Amino acid sequence: MAQTKPRPPLPYNMRDIVLPGDAACPGCPIPMAWKVLAAVFREKMILVIPACCSSVVVGAYPGNSIKASVVHVAFASAAAVASGIAEALKRRGINDVQVIAWAGDGGTADIGMASLSGAAERNHDIIYIMYDNEAYMNTGIQRSSSTPYGAWTTTTPIIGKTEHKKDVARIMIAHGVPYVATASVAYPHDFYAKLQRARRIKGFKFIHLHAPCPTGWRFDPKYTVHIAKLAVETGLWILYEYYDGKIHLSGPSRPYMDPAKRKPVEEYLKLQGRFKKITPEKIEEIKKYAEEYWDWIKRHM
Amino acid sequence: MVGQDLIIEPIKYRVPLSKPKKGVAGKTGFWRTERPVVDKEKCVKCWLCEIYCPVDVIRVEPETGPTIDYDYCKGCGVCSNVCPSGAITMVPEE
Ligand code: SF4
Ligand code: SF4
Repeated sequence: MAQTKPRPPLPYNMRDIVLPGDAACPGCPIPMAWKVLAAVFREKMILVIPACCSSVVVGAYPGNSIKASVVHVAFASAAAVASGIAEALKRRGINDVQVIAWAGDGGTADIGMASLSGAAERNHDIIYIMYDNEAYMNTGIQRSSSTPYGAWTTTTPIIGKTEHKKDVARIMIAHGVPYVATASVAYPHDFYAKLQRARRIKGFKFIHLHAPCPTGWRFDPKYTVHIAKLAVETGLWILYEYYDGKIHLSGPSRPYMDPAKRKPVEEYLKLQGRFKKITPEKIEEIKKYAEEYWDWIKRHM
Repeated sequence: MVGQDLIIEPIKYRVPLSKPKKGVAGKTGFWRTERPVVDKEKCVKCWLCEIYCPVDVIRVEPETGPTIDYDYCKGCGVCSNVCPSGAITMVPEE
């Protein structure tokens, strides 16, 4: 029978790169996001992975759960190593392989900040993806500077974190790099479009990917996508791209510019065990912070 | 000169490099406590379950509908949660 409808890139292009049987927890967002990377780059990518859950997920010698080159590096050096590989490829005249630094929030917002800032300043031709599960999950759910206000971790007070999340995307915009975006595992088509745009831009590209972790956030693994969606629908996580000196709000976040269209924040918080001890005053504070974030977006559109 | 020898000598020893392999953590199907079962009558072939499955074990084809590789499915339930037509139900493993 002849093919009548054209085959969409998702899922057909994402098949058979991320191999089944990896060491990720059930419902883990990391391989979900890798499948989108696979749809864009297929085998033609070099992932530079510092110490994080992902280095466990790909597995130990002699196996590797992703059909691409993986370089495991020390915690602080993902951006530095990726810069070096990108330069080496340039010298050799190889230009069909994408170098991707793939680091968690700890390896980006805390430990890797210095090398990240350096690579951005030198404007190396790499894509840096920070998959943000909002704590050090691999080592036992310790707080990172990317953990949101009010969330419990094993190293916060029992009432939850008392500081707000560090906004790495805004720090990267301040570096003046050509492309910065936020994405979410719940919107693979949006993430796919952003990667397609990023691969066509020369220079340093930064993508901040929101990735709910069932183990660390204390929710049922089947809700990974549901919770990532709720973060966008409640207006707490805003999807946008920054290029040509302006913020471009992405499709999935556009309706939520209007606060009346947003779902109540409580709906997002009540599904997660890490917000069990949250008080109404703290919820107000979270809402206020989100509103300020939206104001900043609106000012720069 | 030892240093120079080291530089010009090509690598002829086997370097321990990891190779892509299915099942680096073994047959992850053993982790499952609930099994996703597809009702092909209800399925509208939207591909969402395949796009979101973190283990990449679902294949949706327009002709045959979704098939799941139970050797590796971890039973997380994401597929049943994203399915818009309620075609996937999680049944407890015995
Ligand atoms: S239960 Fe999870 S691992 Fe199994 S097929 Fe569904 S999404 Fe994939
Ligand atoms: S998500 Fe549901 S309706 Fe869509 S292809 Fe999968 S089983 Fe079919």
